[in-house]
Amino acid sequence: MVVELIGVALTFIAVAIGAWYLGGFMVKVFTGGRTFLHPVLRPVEVGFYRLSGIKEDHEQSWILYTIAMLAVQVVSFILTYLILRLQDHLPLNPMAFSGVAPDLAWNTTVSFVTNTNWQNYTGEQTMSYLSQMLGLVLHNFLSAATGIALAVALIRGMSARKLKTLGNFYVDATRAILYILIPLSVIAAFVLISQGVIQSLDPYQTAHTIQGSTQTIAVGPFGSQEAIKDLGNNGGGPFNANSAHPFENPNGFTNQFEIFLELLIPFALVVTFGKMVGNIKQGLAIGGAMVAIFVVASGIAIGAEQVGNPALTAVGADQSRTSTQPGGNMEGKSVRFGPVYSANFAASTTGTSTGSVDSSHDSFTPIGGMVAMVLIQIGEVAPGGIGAGLYFMLVFAILAVFIAGLMVGRTPEYLGKKIESKEVRLASLAVLIDVLIILGFTAIAVLAPAATANGGGPLNPGAHGFSEILYSFSSQVGNNGSAFAGLSGNTVFWNTLGGTAMWLGRFFEVIPILALAGALAGKRVVPAGAGTLGTDRPLFSGLLVGVVLIVGALTFFPALSLGPLLEHFQLAANHLAH
Amino acid sequence: MTGSESIVRSLPAELLRAARLTLVVAVVTGLIYPFLITGVAQVVFHNQANGSLITKNGQLIGSRLIGQNFTDPKYFFGRPSATANVSDGTKSDPYNAQNSAGSNLAPSNKALIDRVSKAVDQIRKENNLPADSLVPVDLVTTDFSGFDPDISEAGALTQVNHVAAARNLDPARVRALVEKDVQGRVLGVFGEPHVNVLLLNMALDAGEAA
Repeated sequence: MVVELIGVALTFIAVAIGAWYLGGFMVKVFTGGRTFLHPVLRPVEVGFYRLSGIKEDHEQSWILYTIAMLAVQVVSFILTYLILRLQDHLPLNPMAFSGVAPDLAWNTTVSFVTNTNWQNYTGEQTMSYLSQMLGLVLHNFLSAATGIALAVALIRGMSARKLKTLGNFYVDATRAILYILIPLSVIAAFVLISQGVIQSLDPYQTAHTIQGSTQTIAVGPFGSQEAIKDLGNNGGGPFNANSAHPFENPNGFTNQFEIFLELLIPFALVVTFGKMVGNIKQGLAIGGAMVAIFVVASGIAIGAEQVGNPALTAVGADQSRTSTQPGGNMEGKSVRFGPVYSANFAASTTGTSTGSVDSSHDSFTPIGGMVAMVLIQIGEVAPGGIGAGLYFMLVFAILAVFIAGLMVGRTPEYLGKKIESKEVRLASLAVLIDVLIILGFTAIAVLAPAATANGGGPLNPGAHGFSEILYSFSSQVGNNGSAFAGLSGNTVFWNTLGGTAMWLGRFFEVIPILALAGALAGKRVVPAGAGTLGTDRPLFSGLLVGVVLIVGALTFFPALSLGPLLEHFQLAANHLAH
Repeated sequence: MTGSESIVRSLPAELLRAARLTLVVAVVTGLIYPFLITGVAQVVFHNQANGSLITKNGQLIGSRLIGQNFTDPKYFFGRPSATANVSDGTKSDPYNAQNSAGSNLAPSNKALIDRVSKAVDQIRKENNLPADSLVPVDLVTTDFSGFDPDISEAGALTQVNHVAAARNLDPARVRALVEKDVQGRVLGVFGEPHVNVLLLNMALDAGEAA
């Protein structure tokens, strides 16, 4: 156990070091500075603008910035939808899969455009190599770049001195892809492939097993996809088993490396924020709140999964940790990862918006599974999705200074900008709309007879069945993409409702935030006075954690008590569901 | 409102710009990037990139990373598997490496507890273990892919009896082979120690415990 906790700690230290350097590098990239990659990549960047008819120095207001972002989403949506529908007429389809059905193609395309990567299909039995590497990987880059661009736009809005513009979306997205996502993906892909992740265009291989039967082994060009899947907080793996599949995650090192990739950019953006607003301590205060929530959540999940399931001990399974076995709740987990590293992965994938999994969250203990669900429900802010984590945490920061302002009865300010009713309304909107959609859609799915038509709906009986539904909409609205995967979602009802949830979740998060950025950009910076709340201090981190947890608890506690909490107490009382 | 009018008038041009940028990004990230990685990986990491495949006498016998379905008592068994048949999803097809899946059974689901209980009883019987003995948890639970290549050392040691009996070997020799085949943590820290079932069974076939 001590060795595993050292392994987890080493992973976090690597993230901290990597994020520090990458954060500084990103400041240069997004403020037009020159980096060591410029001699090679600057001509490519200029080529991108020339081919696309983009004027690099054209500044956009928040409305134009939003329109540009939506235009890219619309166009890339159409492209991927067509590739999926027509994959049987396109090359690189060695297993001769037919075109993807309309409702599944809609759900999948929305899912990848919105950085969710919810998957209602078994990749290795549905998608051609072209659909994976072009149709889906395109969005792994684009949606991650969009997240980074939005975070950068909000930072500009907060640090600008009375400006009407936020930058240029096309330029921000292009730079994110060229200077950050592609170079890191190339390195990550080779690291992963060197450890056993596959990268082959061959058809599936048929083996003659040593016991004398045959086994067909699915392969594909997936190392390149795996790298950006984790780095870009996408999470949609080429295989149904995602990072539990040995070809996506072959050993204990790749498991921690994938966690590192998931956490790297979200934490780096915190450093970028601090440096761009001219006070690194502002970034550290935000980052401190993220780390506090993330570390505590990881610890709870690790503890719950190592302790295991009392009902399994009762029927003779040995879940104790000994020198010859890791023990713990091993249903849905791989032996090479064991319970500690699997729980570490679960907290990382839901604390960010990645949604890749190295084990079955559905089979986690009620408390372990609830940690994953809660990390999504509090808005994915610990440390949150690529870009999304930072901008959502900044929304909470605005609410925190507002609440602090109410307590002492003075107008709140953040980074020298007065926070007035418009900003508070936009921030509240960003938080509350998500909650409304998650709980509203969960209620619809629980009540609608169509939910269980055609074999759709929850797999597990009792309280856990409700948890599956609640998790699915939390994940889709929060653009996470992980699942309590027992839920059968590949029916018209779930594909349609889920696709709508993902789209609404992304749209109604992004628009208020860009509006907020626009509103803040236009404000003067007032000098800090004696009554100004020090938002660069640990005290503020604590206040921020409190606001995140109180908002989360007030909104989701009743639903959680019907799902994982109820299941936990039932299990403790040896009451099984059937 | 001339401001919003000019925005509306600029929409077609905006969509065209977005379309051109999307196509450029698609070509670079969706074609050049994966083809480049594939080309280099096929040369530099040929074995890994193709699935760490094992061939014997020119015939493909499997992958080091993908578990196989062992049912003959002369072999160590892997973990239970939840994979299904490709054409009939209701039909169990253990270790189906082109249709990865987990059980997704909840910890509170009676179906899970009954399945585990049955597996515990069977392992006790196969290995002549006392009726109240505890069985290593990995031997009675499924993983999320359906073809976990590994079991724990405890899981392998539990099975020494049936393997030794079926092969007429000294159990101590078989136990020694298991202990020799334990793969430690990567860099001494990452992951959990484990035994690769396919490699262990190949070692048995090669007479390493004889």
